[in-house]
Amino acid sequence: MLTRIRTAVAAGASKGPIPPIPREYPTTGSLRPGSDEAVALLVDRLIDYKAEVSTVSAEGLADAVDAALGDAVSVVVPTGLHPDAKVGCERRHRAVHHDGVPAPLTAAELDAVDAVVTAATVAIAVTGTIVLDGSADQGRRAITLVPDVHVVILTVGQIVETVPEGLALLRPTAPLTLISGPSATSDIELSRVEGVHGPRTLRVLIVR
Amino acid sequence: MSTFLGVPGARPSAADNPLRGDRPFPVAAREAVGNTQLRRNLGRALSTIRAKRAAVVAEVPDWEALRDTASAVKADVMARLPELLEQLERNVTARGGTVHWADDAEEANRIVAEIVTATGADEVVKVKSMATQEIGLNEYLAERGIAAVETDLAELIVQLGHDKPSHILVPAIHRGRAEIREIFLREMSDAPTDLTDEPRVLAMAARAHLRRKFLSARVAVSGANFAIADTGTLAVVESEGNGRMCLTLPDTLITVMGIEKLLPTFSDLEVFLQILPRSSTGERMNPYTSLWTGVTPGDGPQEFHLVLLDNGRTNALADELGRTALHCIRCSACLNVCPVYERAGGHAYGSVYPGPIGAVLTPQLTGMSGHGDVNSTLPYASTLCGACFDACPVKIDIPTMLVELRGRAVDADRDRTIPGGWAAAMKAASWVMSNEKRFAAAESLSKAGRVVAGKKGRISSLPFPLSGWTTSRDLPAPPTQTFRSWWKENRPDDLGVPLPTSAEDPGDPS
Amino acid sequence: MKIALMATCLADAMFPQAAIATVRLLERLGHRVTFPPGQTCCGQMHVNTGYLDEAVPVVQHYVDVFDAADFDVAVAPSGSCVGSVRHQQAMVARRAGDTRLAARATALADRTYELSELLVDVLGVTDVGAYYPHRVTYHPTCHSLRMLRVGDKPLQLLRKVAGIDLVELPNAESCCGFGGTFALKNPEVSTAMMADKISDVLSTRAEICTAGDSSCLMHIGGGLSRLRTGVRTLHLAEILASTIDSGAFDASDMSATGGLGTSVEASPKRSA
Repeated sequence: MLTRIRTAVAAGASKGPIPPIPREYPTTGSLRPGSDEAVALLVDRLIDYKAEVSTVSAEGLADAVDAALGDAVSVVVPTGLHPDAKVGCERRHRAVHHDGVPAPLTAAELDAVDAVVTAATVAIAVTGTIVLDGSADQGRRAITLVPDVHVVILTVGQIVETVPEGLALLRPTAPLTLISGPSATSDIELSRVEGVHGPRTLRVLIVR
Repeated sequence: MSTFLGVPGARPSAADNPLRGDRPFPVAAREAVGNTQLRRNLGRALSTIRAKRAAVVAEVPDWEALRDTASAVKADVMARLPELLEQLERNVTARGGTVHWADDAEEANRIVAEIVTATGADEVVKVKSMATQEIGLNEYLAERGIAAVETDLAELIVQLGHDKPSHILVPAIHRGRAEIREIFLREMSDAPTDLTDEPRVLAMAARAHLRRKFLSARVAVSGANFAIADTGTLAVVESEGNGRMCLTLPDTLITVMGIEKLLPTFSDLEVFLQILPRSSTGERMNPYTSLWTGVTPGDGPQEFHLVLLDNGRTNALADELGRTALHCIRCSACLNVCPVYERAGGHAYGSVYPGPIGAVLTPQLTGMSGHGDVNSTLPYASTLCGACFDACPVKIDIPTMLVELRGRAVDADRDRTIPGGWAAAMKAASWVMSNEKRFAAAESLSKAGRVVAGKKGRISSLPFPLSGWTTSRDLPAPPTQTFRSWWKENRPDDLGVPLPTSAEDPGDPS
Repeated sequence: MKIALMATCLADAMFPQAAIATVRLLERLGHRVTFPPGQTCCGQMHVNTGYLDEAVPVVQHYVDVFDAADFDVAVAPSGSCVGSVRHQQAMVARRAGDTRLAARATALADRTYELSELLVDVLGVTDVGAYYPHRVTYHPTCHSLRMLRVGDKPLQLLRKVAGIDLVELPNAESCCGFGGTFALKNPEVSTAMMADKISDVLSTRAEICTAGDSSCLMHIGGGLSRLRTGVRTLHLAEILASTIDSGAFDASDMSATGGLGTSVEASPKRSA
């Protein structure tokens, strides 16, 4: 097959010289990473797609996580999650599963869990995108997919303005998930329905 | 032509050739134009999507620069495809994946079926994949006792409705909510009996139905929006979450991907992840994008297979102009702005790739074998208005390619001993138009038209084939005097320069 | 300037008033117009229908005629014909292996303009001294809009027409559905597109729909006439050529054509 491809490529090759690839588009925006404006833009986008956003202080993280979990009775957390966040999970006698300890939860077990709390790798303000990369404080992909409530903890320093800036901070071969809103479909008469598969509630805690 | 529910009698069946319909475009389009439900659904949907796209594109500070880069990157990919594919294979393999090469649909289907059978599974969950539709994978697997469950809501509707998709992005746009409810009640064993036709209720019924499948699936089949050569990373861009479900929960993942879907480097994603969501769903970013490289121990499928598909792409690749159709990132922006697609709908094209891009891609994938081949009518399914070219995020010059393919369609017919009507007329016109005397003589024949037009000065009926005009339009009476005749009378001093005699061609048209 | 007119085969045969108006307009602006008499057609119909071999003699003839003529620039009252000259003729020649013809075609194309391009870009004028006291809406034809990218030049010209009541056409940039032989090969879709264009025209309550291409006007006008809408089409050149003295476009001339454009009987009797 490669031979056929090589022959075809040669046959259809451009007859003249090929100009170099232009890259005139902006790769950075006007907002510095972690700046108040960048945070404000991200918050604007998150609210626009109906995520719940709160800004919290580092000292208040446990309380904020507890409040974000609300009535949830069971939570799954990645083993590397911030200790204060774990403390918040454990309040109200919630059952807290540390994924992988002793074994990773099965799909059925995850389906029975109310919520998941994780950190993130980077957030892109202009599109309202939160990126997870499977690190120890974010966990494997299944845990942020099956439970119906996802609480994400971002630090201000993780917020950049543009897509190029965000992608530049990622490890390409990691299992990456870019989240930009609750799942949605417009397949039925183009009428938008939100919350199809994946968590239907996203709560974002931005830590200053 | 039914006027009640507007549900036409014959629907294309999923078992037909995915790249070739059973009727020429004009015939299929005639039926579609009269389908009131299709016209209404499609018209409303497309004007909504167009407005959304326009709004988010206007926000981008240098949209044209992104298009220029995207176009150049894709051209580079085609020029270096063999080396980039080999680089991709190395990187996927290095991270624990297995790469397979499939010449055609048959081979790709065989490879997938073998992998599934080896796992012992008799059911697979599928993420929407145009490539798997193109090869008819579901039907192939079904014949071998493997059920392929579509998990994308629109694809599920199409599958349960025993139908063909009619749009690249919203494949069930030709179905109304009442039809969808009927389909669910009939085909979904666990559909609630009190199911209404409200979109939210229907979507939640699908969610419940599919959740069971997701949580128990062992094998998933997906497509890919992009594959990065320098890292071996694959990307799936989606909205519903079914992609994430299929890409992370099962043990085995099989991805079928056309060879043209490559990007050279990971950083190229910064361009394509900006232009794709804005062009397709009219959003700044789609809800979920998943990127994975080979196998990650402890996270997601532990067995990953990538099937690289040719299936006629090398035909397009072998032509300098034609290969630009392979730049397509399947955003469907061209469909959404096409006035012909808006009125004829996707089924009229007879291919899983409809609309403007379908009209240039399908005939290249399948070839055109002459006037009896319905795919020869696809390049003519356009007024050449150019709206598609303006909307295309990778700047594919679809109008120029349509003209080129029309030329090929005509050439495929040139060995006919008795030329068809169009060929004869075109040859005659060429003969007339290459000589002033013949042209002026032909003009004088139009005086007969004045007689036909009569006192009212318009012609409202003409014989076939010009009846195609007069079924819906009048023609004015030909004028009493042609322009050149007026010129001779009114500007007698301007004689112009006579042509050198060698340019006069006294010969006959053959 | 000495301006060569490409009348276009369609205007020559069916809509001479568009070409006559172009002549009158340019002469009024003080230019000398010449009409290379051997001209026939640019070849667009053959190219767009896929008969690229058959297009070669037509292109050859066009290039021979215009190469032999003496002029500074050439003009056509047609976006699609100029589009073909500019973007297709050289391709036809190259495809036939005739690089010399391709070069000649390119050289000619470099000094060939669509009417509004000529007026605004080359002659530097937007107020051509026209008078046309009617309600008019303008349809930008696809070739002029997307192939030539004339932008709003036609509107700049129309806005300066004295007495005109110019009203914006909704969904102006939507194709009218003509598409050359598309109108015959796909008459259903062509008509469906025309229906929407007519609906938009009628919504403006204009008396006249104008454009820079006789071909699209023949299609839109044909539908307006069939439906007895009482709205007619007129080429941009005819509006721009109209002055308070020319009076060539009374309603009384309309009866003979039932709304399809001016009857040419009126024009030649007026002062040349």
